[in-house]
Amino acid sequence: MDQVPILKIGQTLFVSIQIDLQDESVMLLQEDLAAELAATAARGVIIDITAVEIVDSFIGRMLATIGSISRLFDAETVIVGMRPAVAITLTELGLSLNGVRTALNAEKGLALLNGRT
Amino acid sequence: MDELPIRSGDDVVRVRQHVRNAAATSGLSLVDQTKLVTAASELARNTLIHGGGGVARVEVVKSPTGRTGIKLHFADEGPGIPDLNLALTDGWTSGTGLGLGLSGSRRLVDEFDLKSEPGAGTSVVVVKWSR
Repeated sequence: MDQVPILKIGQTLFVSIQIDLQDESVMLLQEDLAAELAATAARGVIIDITAVEIVDSFIGRMLATIGSISRLFDAETVIVGMRPAVAITLTELGLSLNGVRTALNAEKGLALLNGRT
Repeated sequence: MDELPIRSGDDVVRVRQHVRNAAATSGLSLVDQTKLVTAASELARNTLIHGGGGVARVEVVKSPTGRTGIKLHFADEGPGIPDLNLALTDGWTSGTGLGLGLSGSRRLVDEFDLKSEPGAGTSVVVVKWSR
């Protein structure tokens, strides 16, 4: 099973998903992120899904869960780089990513986190 | 027609990749490819988790009007679904999920045929046509 690396830059944790996610990898990422948030006291999480070809209901739910977990550690999650076809499919599937913010790309995501009150 | 086993999470990823390749080769648009692969991911996961594993069959089909499509057949010999209408309701879940797997994947494809009986397994056939 593949593991998704987590990078800490300043007060932000960066995750770029570059693999074809299987369910166990997503669950592992969730656990790794919680541990990293607790250890580093980061204030924000950016998850880059530029390379992700599909987000189904399981992956979508896990992304929303990561947002909820982050909030318990006083951190905000921003999903960046969603492909247009993925956005259309998610909406038709009926999935709303409650609890996470989205931004067009990593730069805008970071600006969103830095501008928060 | 290609037949792929669904016995593990890795198999679900392989089914997705196989469907992606078939859909791209058959000329489905990027959005339609994404919808079909997403539906395949939902249905393959159902086969694995609720059906206890099974098979996926991937087939290129032609409509009477000459359109190309991809037909997917997911079959398991699991416990089956007691109430099909309930299972197809948005938000209804037999487990801890969101209850969007079956109902959502139906919205993502052009044809959707679900057959199941308690104790007799479950079979789902879906088709996505090129435009």
